[in-house]
Amino acid sequence: MKEKIKIASGQGFWGDLIDAPYHQVMKGEIDYLVMDYLAEVTMSILQKQKIKNPKFGYARDIPQLMRRILPTCKEKNIKVITNGGGVNPIACAEAVIEVAKELGINQLKVGVVLGDDIKDSLDDIIAQGAELNNMETDESILTIKDKLLSVNVYFGAFPIVEALEKGADVVITGRTTDTGLTLAPMIYEFGWDKNNYNLLSAGTVAGHILECGAQASGGNFLGDWESIENFAEIGFPIAEAYPDGTVIITKHEGTGGRVSFETVAEQLVYEIGDPKNYITPDCVADFTSIKLEDLGNNRVKMFNVSGAKETEFYKVSCSYFYGYSASGSLTYSWPKALTKAKAAEQILRKRLELLDLSFEEIRAEFIGYNATHETLARKIDEDNINEVMLRFSVRSTNFESVERFGKEIAPLILTGLPAVTGFAGGRPKPSEVVAYWPALMPKTLVKPVVKIIEV
Amino acid sequence: MKIKLIDICHGRSGDKGDAANVGIIANDDDGYEIIKKYLTAERVKKHFEGICFGKVERYDLPNLRALNFLLHNTLGGGGTISLKHDAQGKTLAAALLRMEIEID
Repeated sequence: MKEKIKIASGQGFWGDLIDAPYHQVMKGEIDYLVMDYLAEVTMSILQKQKIKNPKFGYARDIPQLMRRILPTCKEKNIKVITNGGGVNPIACAEAVIEVAKELGINQLKVGVVLGDDIKDSLDDIIAQGAELNNMETDESILTIKDKLLSVNVYFGAFPIVEALEKGADVVITGRTTDTGLTLAPMIYEFGWDKNNYNLLSAGTVAGHILECGAQASGGNFLGDWESIENFAEIGFPIAEAYPDGTVIITKHEGTGGRVSFETVAEQLVYEIGDPKNYITPDCVADFTSIKLEDLGNNRVKMFNVSGAKETEFYKVSCSYFYGYSASGSLTYSWPKALTKAKAAEQILRKRLELLDLSFEEIRAEFIGYNATHETLARKIDEDNINEVMLRFSVRSTNFESVERFGKEIAPLILTGLPAVTGFAGGRPKPSEVVAYWPALMPKTLVKPVVKIIEV
Repeated sequence: MKIKLIDICHGRSGDKGDAANVGIIANDDDGYEIIKKYLTAERVKKHFEGICFGKVERYDLPNLRALNFLLHNTLGGGGTISLKHDAQGKTLAAALLRMEIEID
Protein backbone atom coordinates (compact mmCIF):
# COMPACT_ATOMS: atom_id res chain seq x y z
CA MET A 1 0.00 0.00 0.00
CA LYS A 2 1.18 3.50 -0.81
CA GLU A 3 2.10 5.64 2.18
CA LYS A 4 0.18 8.60 0.71
CA ILE A 5 -1.37 9.74 -2.56
CA LYS A 6 -1.78 13.19 -4.05
CA ILE A 7 -5.09 13.95 -5.71
CA ALA A 8 -5.24 17.20 -7.68
CA SER A 9 -8.37 19.15 -8.56
CA GLY A 10 -8.33 20.27 -12.20
CA GLN A 11 -11.74 21.87 -12.78
CA GLY A 12 -14.38 23.37 -10.51
CA PHE A 13 -17.05 23.42 -13.21
CA TRP A 14 -17.31 23.18 -16.98
CA GLY A 15 -15.96 26.53 -18.06
CA ASP A 16 -13.26 26.79 -15.40
CA LEU A 17 -9.65 27.72 -16.24
CA ILE A 18 -8.71 25.61 -19.27
CA ASP A 19 -5.05 25.41 -18.24
CA ALA A 20 -5.63 24.46 -14.59
CA PRO A 21 -5.48 20.67 -15.10
CA TYR A 22 -2.41 21.09 -17.33
CA HIS A 23 -0.61 23.02 -14.59
CA GLN A 24 -1.64 20.44 -11.98
CA VAL A 25 0.08 17.75 -14.04
CA MET A 26 3.14 19.81 -14.99
CA LYS A 27 4.03 21.93 -11.94
CA GLY A 28 4.66 19.21 -9.37
CA GLU A 29 4.18 15.59 -8.40
CA ILE A 30 0.64 14.20 -8.30
CA ASP A 31 -0.90 10.72 -8.51
CA TYR A 32 -4.43 11.54 -9.61
CA LEU A 33 -6.08 14.36 -11.52
CA VAL A 34 -9.81 14.72 -10.80
CA MET A 35 -12.12 16.95 -12.80
CA ASP A 36 -15.74 17.86 -12.12
CA TYR A 37 -17.55 19.14 -15.20
CA LEU A 38 -21.19 18.61 -14.34
CA ALA A 39 -23.49 21.18 -12.81
CA GLU A 40 -27.12 20.29 -12.23
CA VAL A 41 -28.46 21.35 -15.61
CA THR A 42 -25.34 20.56 -17.64
CA MET A 43 -26.80 17.14 -18.46
CA SER A 44 -29.70 18.71 -20.37
CA ILE A 45 -27.32 20.84 -22.47
CA LEU A 46 -25.29 17.74 -23.24
CA GLN A 47 -28.45 15.77 -24.03
CA LYS A 48 -29.37 18.38 -26.65
CA GLN A 49 -25.90 18.15 -28.18
CA LYS A 50 -26.18 14.39 -28.33
CA ILE A 51 -29.56 14.59 -30.10
CA LYS A 52 -27.95 16.79 -32.77
CA ASN A 53 -24.90 14.55 -33.08
CA PRO A 54 -24.76 11.06 -31.50
CA LYS A 55 -20.99 11.43 -31.10
CA PHE A 56 -21.39 14.45 -28.80
CA GLY A 57 -22.92 14.83 -25.35
CA TYR A 58 -19.74 15.03 -23.27
CA ALA A 59 -17.30 17.79 -22.27
CA ARG A 60 -15.40 18.22 -25.50
CA ASP A 61 -12.58 20.01 -23.65
CA ILE A 62 -11.47 16.57 -22.46
CA PRO A 63 -9.89 15.15 -25.64
CA GLN A 64 -8.11 18.49 -26.20
CA LEU A 65 -6.81 18.44 -22.64
CA MET A 66 -5.75 14.80 -22.90
CA ARG A 67 -3.71 15.61 -25.98
CA ARG A 68 -1.64 17.97 -23.81
CA ILE A 69 -1.29 15.86 -20.68
CA LEU A 70 -1.54 12.22 -21.69
CA PRO A 71 2.17 11.68 -22.49
CA THR A 72 3.17 13.06 -19.07
CA CYS A 73 0.40 11.14 -17.32
CA LYS A 74 1.61 7.91 -18.91
CA GLU A 75 5.23 8.63 -18.08
CA LYS A 76 4.53 9.49 -14.44
CA ASN A 77 1.59 7.10 -13.98
CA ILE A 78 -0.88 9.87 -13.18
CA LYS A 79 -4.44 8.62 -13.40
CA VAL A 80 -7.22 10.90 -14.58
CA ILE A 81 -10.79 10.70 -13.23
CA THR A 82 -13.61 12.84 -14.55
CA ASN A 83 -17.40 12.97 -14.76
CA GLY A 84 -17.11 14.93 -18.01
CA GLY A 85 -18.48 11.94 -19.93
CA GLY A 86 -21.85 13.61 -19.44
CA VAL A 87 -24.61 11.77 -21.27
CA ASN A 88 -22.17 10.01 -23.61
CA PRO A 89 -19.20 8.65 -21.63
CA ILE A 90 -18.48 5.98 -24.27
CA ALA A 91 -18.04 8.59 -27.01
CA CYS A 92 -15.80 10.58 -24.68
CA ALA A 93 -13.69 7.49 -23.95
CA GLU A 94 -13.43 6.69 -27.66
CA ALA A 95 -12.28 10.23 -28.36
CA VAL A 96 -9.58 9.86 -25.68
CA ILE A 97 -8.49 6.54 -27.21
CA GLU A 98 -8.23 8.27 -30.62
CA VAL A 99 -6.02 10.95 -29.07
CA ALA A 100 -3.83 8.28 -27.49
CA LYS A 101 -3.40 6.56 -30.87
CA GLU A 102 -2.52 9.83 -32.56
CA LEU A 103 0.08 10.46 -29.87
CA GLY A 104 1.58 7.03 -30.46
CA ILE A 105 0.63 5.75 -27.02
CA ASN A 106 0.20 2.04 -27.51
CA GLN A 107 -1.14 1.05 -24.13
CA LEU A 108 -3.96 2.88 -22.44
CA LYS A 109 -6.99 1.63 -20.57
CA VAL A 110 -9.98 3.92 -20.28
CA GLY A 111 -12.60 2.90 -17.75
CA VAL A 112 -16.14 3.99 -18.45
CA VAL A 113 -18.91 4.15 -15.86
CA LEU A 114 -22.36 3.70 -17.39
CA GLY A 115 -25.87 3.11 -16.20
CA ASP A 116 -26.63 6.49 -14.65
CA ASP A 117 -28.76 7.56 -17.62
CA ILE A 118 -32.19 6.09 -16.89
CA LYS A 119 -34.31 8.27 -19.17
CA ASP A 120 -35.20 5.41 -21.51
CA SER A 121 -36.05 2.99 -18.73
CA LEU A 122 -38.01 5.49 -16.66
CA ASP A 123 -41.40 3.83 -17.19
CA ASP A 124 -40.04 0.50 -15.93
CA ILE A 125 -38.44 2.16 -12.93
CA ILE A 126 -41.66 3.96 -12.03
CA ALA A 127 -43.59 0.70 -12.52
CA GLN A 128 -41.19 -0.97 -10.06
CA GLY A 129 -42.20 1.52 -7.41
CA ALA A 130 -39.86 4.52 -7.69
CA GLU A 131 -41.96 7.64 -7.10
CA LEU A 132 -39.38 10.25 -8.13
CA ASN A 133 -41.39 13.02 -6.48
CA ASN A 134 -39.65 16.38 -6.38
CA MET A 135 -37.52 16.40 -3.22
CA GLU A 136 -38.22 20.07 -2.59
CA THR A 137 -41.91 20.39 -3.46
CA ASP A 138 -43.11 16.76 -3.25
CA GLU A 139 -44.88 17.15 -6.61
CA SER A 140 -45.34 14.00 -8.69
CA ILE A 141 -42.98 13.45 -11.61
CA LEU A 142 -46.03 12.71 -13.75
CA THR A 143 -46.69 16.47 -13.91
CA ILE A 144 -43.52 16.99 -15.98
CA LYS A 145 -42.89 13.54 -17.40
CA ASP A 146 -43.65 14.56 -21.00
CA LYS A 147 -41.21 17.46 -20.76
CA LEU A 148 -38.24 15.54 -19.36
CA LEU A 149 -34.94 16.13 -21.16
CA SER A 150 -32.58 14.09 -19.00
CA VAL A 151 -32.81 11.71 -16.04
CA ASN A 152 -29.57 10.69 -14.35
CA VAL A 153 -28.73 8.85 -11.17
CA TYR A 154 -25.87 10.19 -9.08
CA PHE A 155 -23.44 7.31 -8.62
CA GLY A 156 -20.75 7.45 -5.97
CA ALA A 157 -17.13 6.41 -5.75
CA PHE A 158 -17.44 2.62 -6.04
CA PRO A 159 -17.99 2.27 -9.80
CA ILE A 160 -14.81 4.34 -10.27
CA VAL A 161 -13.00 2.06 -7.81
CA GLU A 162 -14.08 -0.90 -9.94
CA ALA A 163 -12.66 0.76 -13.06
CA LEU A 164 -9.36 1.41 -11.26
CA GLU A 165 -9.26 -2.21 -10.10
CA LYS A 166 -9.64 -3.25 -13.73
CA GLY A 167 -6.50 -1.29 -14.52
CA ALA A 168 -7.95 1.94 -15.91
CA ASP A 169 -5.47 4.78 -16.48
CA VAL A 170 -8.32 7.16 -17.21
CA VAL A 171 -11.84 6.90 -15.78
CA ILE A 172 -14.71 8.67 -17.52
CA THR A 173 -18.15 8.69 -15.95
CA GLY A 174 -21.56 10.16 -16.51
CA ARG A 175 -23.42 11.60 -13.52
CA THR A 176 -21.08 10.78 -10.65
CA THR A 177 -21.01 12.89 -7.49
CA ASP A 178 -18.24 15.45 -7.38
CA THR A 179 -17.05 14.02 -4.08
CA GLY A 180 -16.89 10.46 -5.44
CA LEU A 181 -14.18 11.47 -7.93
CA THR A 182 -11.79 12.26 -5.05
CA LEU A 183 -12.91 9.52 -2.68
CA ALA A 184 -12.48 6.71 -5.24
CA PRO A 185 -8.67 6.76 -5.49
CA MET A 186 -8.39 6.66 -1.67
CA ILE A 187 -10.62 3.59 -1.47
CA TYR A 188 -8.67 1.95 -4.28
CA GLU A 189 -5.16 2.74 -3.06
CA PHE A 190 -5.72 2.20 0.66
CA GLY A 191 -8.19 -0.66 0.43
CA TRP A 192 -10.79 1.14 2.53
CA ASP A 193 -13.74 -1.03 3.47
CA LYS A 194 -17.13 0.02 2.17
CA ASN A 195 -18.47 -0.18 5.71
CA ASN A 196 -15.81 2.06 7.23
CA TYR A 197 -17.95 5.18 7.16
CA ASN A 198 -15.45 7.38 8.98
CA LEU A 199 -12.84 6.81 6.29
CA LEU A 200 -15.37 7.18 3.48
CA SER A 201 -16.51 10.42 5.08
CA ALA A 202 -12.94 11.70 5.31
CA GLY A 203 -12.50 11.12 1.56
CA THR A 204 -15.89 12.67 0.89
CA VAL A 205 -15.00 15.83 2.82
CA ALA A 206 -11.74 16.02 0.85
CA GLY A 207 -13.86 15.73 -2.29
CA HIS A 208 -16.07 18.59 -1.15
CA ILE A 209 -12.97 20.72 -0.62
CA LEU A 210 -11.64 19.91 -4.10
CA GLU A 211 -14.86 19.97 -6.10
CA CYS A 212 -14.99 23.71 -6.71
CA GLY A 213 -11.38 24.04 -7.80
CA ALA A 214 -9.60 27.18 -6.63
CA GLN A 215 -12.46 28.14 -4.31
CA ALA A 216 -10.47 26.19 -1.69
CA SER A 217 -7.16 27.88 -2.48
CA GLY A 218 -7.94 31.58 -2.31
CA GLY A 219 -10.46 32.07 -5.09
CA ASN A 220 -13.67 33.86 -4.10
CA PHE A 221 -12.25 34.22 -0.58
CA LEU A 222 -14.30 36.76 1.36
CA GLY A 223 -11.91 36.93 4.31
CA ASP A 224 -8.67 38.85 4.00
CA TRP A 225 -8.80 38.73 0.19
CA GLU A 226 -6.67 41.82 -0.24
CA SER A 227 -3.65 39.93 1.07
CA ILE A 228 -3.96 37.02 -1.40
CA GLU A 229 -1.16 37.07 -3.92
CA ASN A 230 -0.99 36.23 -7.59
CA PHE A 231 -4.59 35.38 -8.44
CA ALA A 232 -3.43 35.32 -12.08
CA GLU A 233 -1.52 32.09 -11.51
CA ILE A 234 -3.73 30.67 -8.78
CA GLY A 235 -2.86 27.11 -7.81
CA PHE A 236 -5.74 24.62 -7.67
CA PRO A 237 -6.07 22.54 -4.50
CA ILE A 238 -4.37 19.18 -3.99
CA ALA A 239 -5.44 16.58 -1.41
CA GLU A 240 -2.50 14.66 0.03
CA ALA A 241 -4.32 11.65 1.44
CA TYR A 242 -3.12 9.12 4.03
CA PRO A 243 -4.45 5.61 4.76
CA ASP A 244 -5.84 6.65 8.19
CA GLY A 245 -8.13 9.26 6.63
CA THR A 246 -5.92 12.24 7.37
CA VAL A 247 -5.79 14.58 4.40
CA ILE A 248 -3.51 17.56 3.89
CA ILE A 249 -4.91 20.19 1.57
CA THR A 250 -2.19 22.05 -0.31
CA LYS A 251 -1.23 23.38 -3.76
CA HIS A 252 1.85 23.33 -5.96
CA GLU A 253 4.89 25.42 -4.91
CA GLY A 254 5.22 28.72 -6.69
CA THR A 255 1.55 29.04 -7.66
CA GLY A 256 -0.69 31.92 -6.60
CA GLY A 257 -3.55 31.94 -4.14
CA ARG A 258 -3.51 30.56 -0.59
CA VAL A 259 -4.41 27.41 1.29
CA SER A 260 -5.17 28.30 4.91
CA PHE A 261 -7.66 27.42 7.65
CA GLU A 262 -9.79 30.31 6.42
CA THR A 263 -9.80 29.51 2.70
CA VAL A 264 -10.54 25.82 3.33
CA ALA A 265 -13.22 26.61 5.93
CA GLU A 266 -15.03 28.86 3.46
CA GLN A 267 -15.20 26.04 0.94
CA LEU A 268 -16.41 23.62 3.64
CA VAL A 269 -19.47 25.78 4.35
CA TYR A 270 -20.22 26.29 0.65
CA GLU A 271 -23.51 24.85 -0.60
CA ILE A 272 -24.13 22.64 2.40
CA GLY A 273 -27.39 22.06 4.24
CA ASP A 274 -27.45 20.26 7.58
CA PRO A 275 -23.73 19.80 8.26
CA LYS A 276 -24.31 16.66 10.36
CA ASN A 277 -25.96 14.95 7.40
CA TYR A 278 -23.97 15.50 4.24
CA ILE A 279 -25.53 12.76 2.15
CA THR A 280 -23.70 11.05 -0.70
CA PRO A 281 -24.25 7.62 -2.29
CA ASP A 282 -21.20 6.38 -0.33
CA CYS A 283 -21.83 7.62 3.22
CA VAL A 284 -23.38 10.38 5.33
CA ALA A 285 -20.54 12.65 6.43
CA ASP A 286 -20.67 14.75 9.58
CA PHE A 287 -19.11 18.15 8.85
CA THR A 288 -19.25 19.10 12.53
CA SER A 289 -16.62 16.43 13.24
CA ILE A 290 -13.98 17.85 10.90
CA LYS A 291 -10.82 19.17 12.52
CA LEU A 292 -8.64 21.57 10.56
CA GLU A 293 -5.10 22.50 11.53
CA ASP A 294 -3.25 25.18 9.60
CA LEU A 295 0.33 23.87 9.23
CA GLY A 296 1.51 27.02 7.47
CA ASN A 297 3.16 27.23 4.06
CA ASN A 298 -0.13 26.53 2.25
CA ARG A 299 -0.76 23.27 4.07
CA VAL A 300 -3.92 22.53 6.05
CA LYS A 301 -4.37 19.23 7.85
CA MET A 302 -7.87 17.77 7.90
CA PHE A 303 -8.59 14.91 10.30
CA ASN A 304 -11.01 13.37 12.83
CA VAL A 305 -13.85 13.08 10.30
CA SER A 306 -16.73 10.81 11.22
CA GLY A 307 -19.78 9.67 9.33
CA ALA A 308 -22.56 7.16 9.08
CA LYS A 309 -23.91 4.45 6.79
CA GLU A 310 -25.14 5.50 3.38
CA THR A 311 -28.89 5.75 2.74
CA GLU A 312 -30.88 3.27 0.66
CA PHE A 313 -31.55 5.84 -2.04
CA TYR A 314 -29.76 7.34 -4.98
CA LYS A 315 -30.35 10.97 -5.78
CA VAL A 316 -31.75 11.41 -9.27
CA SER A 317 -31.21 14.56 -11.25
CA CYS A 318 -33.89 15.27 -13.86
CA SER A 319 -34.10 18.23 -16.17
CA TYR A 320 -37.22 19.31 -18.02
CA PHE A 321 -38.39 21.98 -20.39
CA TYR A 322 -39.98 24.83 -18.43
CA GLY A 323 -40.46 27.79 -20.80
CA TYR A 324 -38.59 30.81 -22.11
CA SER A 325 -36.82 33.82 -20.66
CA ALA A 326 -34.99 36.87 -21.93
CA SER A 327 -33.08 39.68 -20.37
CA GLY A 328 -32.08 43.09 -21.72
CA SER A 329 -30.27 46.09 -20.33
CA LEU A 330 -29.75 49.83 -20.84
CA THR A 331 -27.31 52.17 -19.12
CA TYR A 332 -28.37 55.59 -17.83
CA SER A 333 -25.68 58.17 -16.99
CA TRP A 334 -25.64 61.18 -14.65
CA PRO A 335 -27.70 63.30 -14.10
CA LYS A 336 -30.27 61.41 -12.02
CA ALA A 337 -29.24 58.03 -13.39
CA LEU A 338 -31.29 55.98 -10.94
CA THR A 339 -34.40 58.13 -11.29
CA LYS A 340 -34.27 57.70 -15.05
CA ALA A 341 -33.61 53.96 -14.91
CA LYS A 342 -36.61 53.55 -12.59
CA ALA A 343 -38.79 55.66 -14.89
CA ALA A 344 -37.67 53.53 -17.85
CA GLU A 345 -38.75 50.41 -15.95
CA GLN A 346 -42.24 51.88 -15.54
CA ILE A 347 -42.46 52.83 -19.23
CA LEU A 348 -41.45 49.32 -20.24
CA ARG A 349 -43.95 47.72 -17.88
CA LYS A 350 -46.72 49.92 -19.26
CA ARG A 351 -45.81 49.09 -22.87
CA LEU A 352 -45.78 45.35 -22.15
CA GLU A 353 -49.14 45.69 -20.43
CA LEU A 354 -50.63 47.49 -23.44
CA LEU A 355 -49.36 44.72 -25.70
CA ASP A 356 -51.38 42.22 -23.71
CA LEU A 357 -48.57 39.68 -23.45
CA SER A 358 -48.41 36.83 -20.97
CA PHE A 359 -45.57 36.57 -18.47
CA GLU A 360 -45.04 34.42 -15.42
CA GLU A 361 -42.60 36.95 -14.00
CA ILE A 362 -41.21 40.36 -14.88
CA ARG A 363 -38.19 41.62 -12.98
CA ALA A 364 -36.26 44.90 -13.02
CA GLU A 365 -32.89 45.32 -11.32
CA PHE A 366 -30.60 48.32 -11.10
CA ILE A 367 -26.97 47.35 -11.55
CA GLY A 368 -24.75 49.80 -9.73
CA TYR A 369 -27.41 50.23 -7.08
CA ASN A 370 -29.28 47.18 -5.75
CA ALA A 371 -29.01 44.22 -8.15
CA THR A 372 -27.10 42.10 -5.65
CA HIS A 373 -28.15 43.20 -2.16
CA GLU A 374 -31.66 44.34 -3.01
CA THR A 375 -33.40 45.67 0.11
CA LEU A 376 -30.06 45.79 1.94
CA ALA A 377 -28.51 48.17 -0.58
CA ARG A 378 -27.55 51.54 0.92
CA LYS A 379 -29.56 54.49 -0.27
CA ILE A 380 -27.60 56.56 -2.74
CA ASP A 381 -27.20 60.23 -3.38
CA GLU A 382 -28.16 60.79 -7.02
CA ASP A 383 -25.51 63.51 -7.41
CA ASN A 384 -22.81 61.02 -6.55
CA ILE A 385 -23.80 58.17 -8.80
CA ASN A 386 -22.27 58.15 -12.26
CA GLU A 387 -24.45 55.58 -13.96
CA VAL A 388 -26.99 52.85 -13.39
CA MET A 389 -27.77 49.89 -15.60
CA LEU A 390 -31.39 48.82 -15.86
CA ARG A 391 -31.55 45.05 -16.25
CA PHE A 392 -35.02 43.94 -17.25
CA SER A 393 -36.00 40.28 -17.50
CA VAL A 394 -39.10 38.27 -18.31
CA ARG A 395 -40.10 34.61 -18.18
CA SER A 396 -43.06 32.91 -19.79
CA THR A 397 -44.25 29.60 -21.14
CA ASN A 398 -45.38 31.60 -24.19
CA PHE A 399 -42.54 31.99 -26.73
CA GLU A 400 -44.17 34.87 -28.63
CA SER A 401 -44.51 37.00 -25.50
CA VAL A 402 -40.82 36.63 -24.67
CA GLU A 403 -39.82 37.30 -28.27
CA ARG A 404 -42.00 40.44 -28.40
CA PHE A 405 -40.46 41.70 -25.17
CA GLY A 406 -37.07 41.53 -26.87
CA LYS A 407 -38.21 44.13 -29.37
CA GLU A 408 -39.19 46.66 -26.69
CA ILE A 409 -35.75 47.39 -25.19
CA ALA A 410 -33.97 49.31 -27.97
CA PRO A 411 -36.88 51.68 -28.69
CA LEU A 412 -36.41 53.15 -25.20
CA ILE A 413 -33.28 54.87 -26.48
CA LEU A 414 -35.22 57.20 -28.76
CA THR A 415 -38.58 57.16 -26.99
CA GLY A 416 -37.66 57.53 -23.31
CA LEU A 417 -35.32 59.20 -20.86
CA PRO A 418 -32.09 60.96 -21.93
CA ALA A 419 -28.37 60.15 -21.63
CA VAL A 420 -28.93 56.46 -22.19
CA THR A 421 -26.68 53.99 -23.98
CA GLY A 422 -25.40 50.43 -23.86
CA PHE A 423 -27.65 48.75 -26.34
CA ALA A 424 -25.29 47.14 -28.80
CA GLY A 425 -25.93 43.44 -28.64
CA GLY A 426 -29.13 43.37 -30.68
CA ARG A 427 -32.55 42.29 -29.46
CA PRO A 428 -32.52 39.90 -26.52
CA LYS A 429 -33.57 36.50 -27.87
CA PRO A 430 -35.76 34.09 -25.93
CA SER A 431 -33.69 31.34 -24.40
CA GLU A 432 -35.09 28.02 -23.34
CA VAL A 433 -35.47 27.55 -19.61
CA VAL A 434 -34.54 24.03 -18.60
CA ALA A 435 -35.46 23.41 -15.00
CA TYR A 436 -34.07 20.98 -12.50
CA TRP A 437 -36.05 18.27 -10.70
CA PRO A 438 -34.25 16.53 -7.84
CA ALA A 439 -35.66 13.18 -6.71
CA LEU A 440 -34.75 9.96 -4.90
CA MET A 441 -35.00 6.33 -5.96
CA PRO A 442 -34.21 3.02 -4.26
CA LYS A 443 -30.65 1.91 -5.00
CA THR A 444 -31.86 -1.61 -5.82
CA LEU A 445 -33.53 -0.39 -9.05
CA VAL A 446 -30.39 0.61 -10.91
CA LYS A 447 -26.89 -0.82 -11.28
CA PRO A 448 -23.75 0.93 -12.47
CA VAL A 449 -21.91 -0.76 -15.32
CA VAL A 450 -18.13 -0.49 -15.74
CA LYS A 451 -16.49 -1.06 -19.12
CA ILE A 452 -12.87 -0.88 -20.19
CA ILE A 453 -11.89 0.40 -23.62
CA GLU A 454 -8.24 0.11 -24.54
CA VAL A 455 -5.65 0.83 -27.17
CA MET B 1 -21.15 48.30 21.99
CA LYS B 2 -21.91 48.00 18.30
CA ILE B 3 -20.04 45.43 16.23
CA LYS B 4 -19.96 45.19 12.46
CA LEU B 5 -20.12 41.57 11.33
CA ILE B 6 -17.66 42.27 8.52
CA ASP B 7 -15.03 43.15 11.15
CA ILE B 8 -15.26 39.77 12.91
CA CYS B 9 -16.36 37.28 10.22
CA HIS B 10 -16.01 36.07 6.67
CA GLY B 11 -18.06 33.54 4.75
CA ARG B 12 -19.39 32.14 1.52
CA SER B 13 -22.83 31.65 0.02
CA GLY B 14 -24.37 29.61 -2.76
CA ASP B 15 -27.56 27.96 -3.93
CA LYS B 16 -29.45 24.84 -2.99
CA GLY B 17 -32.44 24.96 -5.30
CA ASP B 18 -34.54 27.99 -4.40
CA ALA B 19 -32.80 28.19 -1.02
CA ALA B 20 -29.55 30.04 -0.44
CA ASN B 21 -26.88 28.72 1.88
CA VAL B 22 -24.96 31.38 3.76
CA GLY B 23 -21.97 30.10 5.73
CA ILE B 24 -20.43 32.56 8.17
CA ILE B 25 -17.05 31.95 9.83
CA ALA B 26 -15.73 33.92 12.77
CA ASN B 27 -12.13 35.15 12.60
CA ASP B 28 -11.41 33.92 16.15
CA ASP B 29 -12.98 32.18 19.16
CA ASP B 30 -14.27 35.42 20.69
CA GLY B 31 -15.95 36.25 17.42
CA TYR B 32 -17.55 32.82 17.34
CA GLU B 33 -19.01 33.33 20.83
CA ILE B 34 -20.56 36.59 19.60
CA ILE B 35 -22.14 35.16 16.46
CA LYS B 36 -23.26 32.03 18.30
CA LYS B 37 -25.11 34.19 20.80
CA TYR B 38 -26.42 37.03 18.65
CA LEU B 39 -26.70 35.79 15.08
CA THR B 40 -29.95 33.91 15.56
CA ALA B 41 -32.08 32.53 12.73
CA GLU B 42 -34.73 35.16 13.61
CA ARG B 43 -32.23 37.98 13.33
CA VAL B 44 -30.99 36.72 9.97
CA LYS B 45 -34.56 36.34 8.73
CA LYS B 46 -35.26 39.97 9.69
CA HIS B 47 -32.04 41.15 8.03
CA PHE B 48 -33.09 39.55 4.75
CA GLU B 49 -36.64 40.91 4.88
CA GLY B 50 -37.82 41.44 1.31
CA ILE B 51 -35.19 39.00 0.01
CA CYS B 52 -35.87 35.77 1.91
CA PHE B 53 -39.55 34.77 1.76
CA GLY B 54 -39.28 31.43 3.52
CA LYS B 55 -37.95 30.17 6.82
CA VAL B 56 -34.36 30.53 7.94
CA GLU B 57 -32.60 27.52 9.48
CA ARG B 58 -29.36 27.76 11.42
CA TYR B 59 -26.79 24.99 11.86
CA ASP B 60 -23.73 25.32 14.10
CA LEU B 61 -20.24 24.13 13.22
CA PRO B 62 -18.18 25.04 16.31
CA ASN B 63 -15.26 23.04 14.91
CA LEU B 64 -14.91 25.62 12.13
CA ARG B 65 -16.11 28.62 14.21
CA ALA B 66 -18.93 28.67 11.69
CA LEU B 67 -22.70 28.97 11.39
CA ASN B 68 -24.56 27.78 8.32
CA PHE B 69 -27.85 29.43 7.44
CA LEU B 70 -30.34 28.04 4.96
CA LEU B 71 -32.58 30.78 3.59
CA HIS B 72 -35.59 29.16 1.97
CA ASN B 73 -37.59 30.70 -0.89
CA THR B 74 -34.92 33.27 -1.63
CA LEU B 75 -33.57 32.88 -5.15
CA GLY B 76 -36.57 33.69 -7.33
CA GLY B 77 -37.27 30.04 -8.14
CA GLY B 78 -33.62 29.05 -8.16
CA GLY B 79 -31.29 27.65 -10.77
CA THR B 80 -32.24 28.34 -14.35
CA ILE B 81 -35.77 29.55 -13.56
CA SER B 82 -34.64 32.58 -11.58
CA LEU B 83 -34.54 35.95 -13.33
CA LYS B 84 -32.24 37.34 -10.67
CA HIS B 85 -28.88 38.79 -11.60
CA ASP B 86 -27.52 36.84 -8.61
CA ALA B 87 -29.61 33.72 -9.21
CA GLN B 88 -27.22 31.58 -7.16
CA GLY B 89 -27.02 33.82 -4.12
CA LYS B 90 -23.27 34.24 -4.51
CA THR B 91 -23.31 37.71 -2.94
CA LEU B 92 -25.58 36.92 0.01
CA ALA B 93 -22.73 36.12 2.42
CA ALA B 94 -21.43 39.63 1.81
CA ALA B 95 -24.99 40.92 2.28
CA LEU B 96 -25.16 39.26 5.70
CA LEU B 97 -21.83 40.83 6.67
CA ARG B 98 -23.51 44.25 6.33
CA MET B 99 -25.24 43.53 9.65
CA GLU B 100 -24.34 45.47 12.78
CA ILE B 101 -24.95 43.87 16.17
CA GLU B 102 -25.41 45.60 19.51
CA ILE B 103 -23.63 43.45 22.11
CA ASP B 104 -23.65 43.60 25.91
